Amino acid sequence: MSILIDEKTPILVQGITGDKGSFHAKEMIDYGTNVVAGVTPGKGGKTVHGVPIFDTVREAVKQTGATTSITFVAPPFAADAIMEAADAGIHLICSITDGIPAQDMMRVKRYFLRYPRERRPMMVGPNCAGIISPGKAMLGIMPGHIYKQGNVGLISRSGTLGYEAASQLKELGLGISTSVGIGGDPINGSSFLDHLVLFDQDPETEAVLIIGEIGGPQEAEAAAWIKENFSKPVVGFVAGLTAPKGRRMGHAGAIISATGDSAAEKTEIMKSYGLTVAPSPAEFGSAVAAVLKRA
Amino acid sequence: MDVHEYQAKELLASCGVAVPPGTVAFSPDQAVYAATELGGSHWVVKAQIHAGARGKAGGVKLCRTYHEVQQAARELLGKRLVTKQTGPEGKPVQRVYVELADPYERELYLGFVLDRKLERVRVIASKHGGMEIEEIAKTDPDAILQVIVEPAVGLLPFQARELAFQLGLNLKQVSRAVQSILGAYRAFRDNDATMLEINPLVVTKDDKVLALDAKMSFDDNALFRRRNIVDMNDPSQSDPREAQALEHSLNYIGLDGEIGCIVNGAGLAMATMDMIKHAGGNPANFLDVGGGASAERVATAFRLVLSDANVKVVLVNIFAGINRCDWVAQGVIDAVKATNITAPLVVRLAGTNVEAGRKLLDESGINVITADSLADAAQKAVAAWRSVK
Repeated sequence: MSILIDEKTPILVQGITGDKGSFHAKEMIDYGTNVVAGVTPGKGGKTVHGVPIFDTVREAVKQTGATTSITFVAPPFAADAIMEAADAGIHLICSITDGIPAQDMMRVKRYFLRYPRERRPMMVGPNCAGIISPGKAMLGIMPGHIYKQGNVGLISRSGTLGYEAASQLKELGLGISTSVGIGGDPINGSSFLDHLVLFDQDPETEAVLIIGEIGGPQEAEAAAWIKENFSKPVVGFVAGLTAPKGRRMGHAGAIISATGDSAAEKTEIMKSYGLTVAPSPAEFGSAVAAVLKRA
Repeated sequence: MDVHEYQAKELLASCGVAVPPGTVAFSPDQAVYAATELGGSHWVVKAQIHAGARGKAGGVKLCRTYHEVQQAARELLGKRLVTKQTGPEGKPVQRVYVELADPYERELYLGFVLDRKLERVRVIASKHGGMEIEEIAKTDPDAILQVIVEPAVGLLPFQARELAFQLGLNLKQVSRAVQSILGAYRAFRDNDATMLEINPLVVTKDDKVLALDAKMSFDDNALFRRRNIVDMNDPSQSDPREAQALEHSLNYIGLDGEIGCIVNGAGLAMATMDMIKHAGGNPANFLDVGGGASAERVATAFRLVLSDANVKVVLVNIFAGINRCDWVAQGVIDAVKATNITAPLVVRLAGTNVEAGRKLLDESGINVITADSLADAAQKAVAAWRSVK
């Protein structure tokens, strides 16, 4: 099994006619992902890579039964696209867009609260590499070939650091059940915690690697939850030990501005809750291999 | 993005927050003229830099005569002001703000931040103005008042009223404080701010409530719809290399080590810096060349990194996802040939088309140390640094 997506998940691509949307839709299809529809307002009735395009998400869902969406929509219009997907009944929305204003994300998260919990969509991203269940489906922009199918769950704020981890695991013959990029923005659709809950219930996942970075409270929140509730071994890492205070390190959310934001503090918190912390970013693979051996 | 105090006050005033009368000046003569225009008998001349803690660093001067105003402006303008928040290099003072100084009775604190845990705007107030909020949190945490804004309706008058009454204000002051709190919230929301701090918010003898200092930061992601904020940008306040990087939409942050880094992806860039430190070296910079690291972007990145005189070794670490290692390799080769780099160069390529990329580097004839993994790259970079230092 895997979490969030598999080979059957019917997927819709918002912004499929743009350069990026079109390129990555093709990559996803080539990987074997079940892409059933595209949406670009004003381009309804056409096709891209053999995929039918609709003007609205509602129409696309009605015609194709899509349950999951990936959005390649420019920052000024991204929040609107995400809320459109939510309102059309999409369960899982993955936003790749880098550059969505924080206040727009605040509004999106508030908008989601209008749905009762069981109908509330799961959002992944924004500013992320997406989701991949190796060998099954790819909902993102990652190079699919670096991921081997297997039993490690991976959650990472950074895209490229997630790639680094996946390739280190592959080197050691270890594979991944699902890899989720939760994104580098200050307000994310979903957190480490949201996906840990899913990995906990996934029989195929035997261990989880979480890769955080400076800024925000989510690593600490996840670590506390893991200690009380999580049954499988977890390896953690927080990037940015050498990052100066008060500077934004590329990602909008990667900034040390409050107590508990620094990599040193978060690493300490992870350790205090019993997580194994990878000693360096070159040791993701070996740290995961070690906890799997012990388990 | 940050703005100067006087610019933050303009934004606040336009939203109904009362501020003392003041004028910005670029020269001592202008400062004197500003004081004559403002009238009154006491003025403060304040250095305008993108950092706080100016008062203790001598950046805020109380003046009683026009001559003192001129002296103060002359002393401040053109110098680099070093405060607790600027770092040892300080920030250049190119503008001063001349403000009418009226005596006040109480100093309060008012702040707005984007709370990442709650995903809401948090309003913070305290009766201890003039102190840093971190200090208040330590010395008198009970004196920190907070309300959370529900984004669907915004800050409500009753919430502002609750804060004002808890601050112990009298009825006349309460209504003025409410106007200021609600106005400050509008300035925050309508300009896509991520932080607003009015410290102190003062109460005068005649019950006026005034924003005596103001600090604002804005969401870079929202600048596309905040032209007025972009226009307030003062490039003199940022590292020239960072400003140059921004022009090429590269993310660069200067640090004080010797190993220059060129990496794709913010997370991998931070991890590469951490790895250098782990291997016993020090990174000279953070640099994310982005997902589509084209040959031209790589060349620009090289120029930026090499413009730092401390750089003794350059480490390129690219994990190609969307882009391809052979393209990046070509970019590195072109950049090396164009910049005549003499510093040792360590290149680690991984991901899509990695073999083609390595082959290009090997056959190019440029002097390059290739590495297979992140650990290998960091160790080789540190070893190269040790051999040249």
